[in-house]
Amino acid sequence: MAGSEPAAVTLRGVTKTYGEGETLTLALRGVDLDVHSGEITFLVGPSGCGKTTVITAIAGMLTPDDGQITVFGHDIRAMSQHDLTRFRGQTTGFIFQQFNLLPALTAAENASVPLLIAGRPAGEATRAAATLLEHLDLGPHINKLPSQLSGGQQQRVAIARALVHRPRLVLCDEPTASLDAEAGLGVIRLLREVALAADRAVIVVTHDDRIFPYADRIAHMADGRILGVDANIAKEVS
Amino acid sequence: MYGVALKMLFGDRVKYLGLVFGVAFATLLIMQQGGLFVGLLERTASVINDAQEANIWVMDPQAKYIDTVRAMRDTELARVRGIPGVAWAVPLSKATAAIKTLDGRIDNAAVIGIDDATLIGAPHRFRVGSVEDLRGPDAIAIDPAGFKRLWPGEPIRPGKELELNDHRAVVRAIVEASPAFTAPIVIYARYSLATNFVPQGRDRLSFVLARSLPGENPDAVAREIADRTGLGALSSNAFAWKTIRYYLANTGIPINFGIVILLGVIVGVAIVGLTFFMFVSDNIRQYAALKAMGATGATLARMVLLQAAVVGGIGFAFGTAFAASFFQFATRPDSELRGMNLPWWIVGVVAVLMVLVLLGATFASLRRVMVIDPAIVFRG
Repeated sequence: MAGSEPAAVTLRGVTKTYGEGETLTLALRGVDLDVHSGEITFLVGPSGCGKTTVITAIAGMLTPDDGQITVFGHDIRAMSQHDLTRFRGQTTGFIFQQFNLLPALTAAENASVPLLIAGRPAGEATRAAATLLEHLDLGPHINKLPSQLSGGQQQRVAIARALVHRPRLVLCDEPTASLDAEAGLGVIRLLREVALAADRAVIVVTHDDRIFPYADRIAHMADGRILGVDANIAKEVS
Repeated sequence: MYGVALKMLFGDRVKYLGLVFGVAFATLLIMQQGGLFVGLLERTASVINDAQEANIWVMDPQAKYIDTVRAMRDTELARVRGIPGVAWAVPLSKATAAIKTLDGRIDNAAVIGIDDATLIGAPHRFRVGSVEDLRGPDAIAIDPAGFKRLWPGEPIRPGKELELNDHRAVVRAIVEASPAFTAPIVIYARYSLATNFVPQGRDRLSFVLARSLPGENPDAVAREIADRTGLGALSSNAFAWKTIRYYLANTGIPINFGIVILLGVIVGVAIVGLTFFMFVSDNIRQYAALKAMGATGATLARMVLLQAAVVGGIGFAFGTAFAASFFQFATRPDSELRGMNLPWWIVGVVAVLMVLVLLGATFASLRRVMVIDPAIVFRG
């Protein structure tokens, strides 16, 4: 699917250290990675290998010590914090391990938040979110609070929230880690079904090997480095 | 995003109610104590304020305030009348007398003697009868609270007899006098009668009440009186403030009320400030998620400010309503707190105070929101 088009996200020689002196930790040691539109790329590896640090850097929420990160051709390290926040709001959708739904908002209201941040009127945003939730089989639950939903349902609301503003990049951090096996597989199938689009790149950080078959590419990480990338996984499985 | 901010606020019901309660309680406490403080200070100058026809008070030069009465010679009245700029001048006596009712109840009263001829110096409002009723033999006018104190449970009506320093007096009218600071009961009588009730030796004249001619400045006329007679003379307004300042400087009133008002502020800061800070801190992950999704710092700041404004507005409205209700019900005309009220400027001062408290809490909280690391949403 990627063809010869330029990568949606490119990392070149990205390094990041935490702490100093004896507590110095090398989180990223020169990460090179290309993520293509129309694909789901998994970042896999043991805990502490730097997976979440990579997507945090791609989201512009973490400043690397060195290296270059471009997202759809934009050098995000050259952007001001304000511009970066706006760019993130327009281009990126997030799915978090802990869902991070606002507990006082209904499912539809939660899913509408990115549209509200973009300045869309509340009614219009909620209607758009409700339509998407119905597409995700959450029609009967659009007016329920997160506390009234199961973990799988909450993650589906989070998926709706990540996609409602049609972002070109979706970042998922351990989206199945808080779910049981069945719900986890359901979420990743749904993600592949609704998030994947020709102009959209999806990056999933996970160490849940049950869902590996749903990736187009798998980048293996260890000790802050990309060890290698397996391509066309999903096609091989299917 | 304002709707999201409000839902975040109302959704955390315990903290929301705690915040509203904190603002309301602090508002009530400060307004109630502030109103009582102002009312109490106004009582110190009640006799001055009730003598509305006069705009100049003349007294012994050593008099520091309304209750330091050092009688002057009656001839001083004529001297004041002769000062240019004075339209008229009348005598006024003020003293404290022991009361004894026929059924043996005893108490103290402030006895104000007003000019026999003009009856100037009495309050304008009478509940029963009028100032003209003071012309009768042994006639006095008493305030309603004083009447109830002397004859509890009985209907307020004229005709009651009592003894004032062993002299017979008859209640002929019920006067709506402002409560006095130094005595629980206020009695008005003619000057000749009052000075008979409360003999003070050779000199009997406590004050001379005067009015400046139309177009004359009462302060200037008062200075002229003081210069020409060697007496103390002040405009009514200046004398009232001098009396209030005396009580402020020489009694524990400001300290005691100041402590309570300070407690109100501390309670307000503690409850409102800390609860709001906790509210924001507890929701920091939600703000971080919003920031991760593209909400700018300015958007988050406006959300927090809106939450503070809503909490402050609702709490302040409740607190003001409670305080107003207190003054409405606790200061009925015959009660001990009669005459006390909630001045508009206290409401304004408390409003400013609450805004400052909430702004302080908001900015302390905002610092956390503004520097929040949106990456915390990636941490489990």
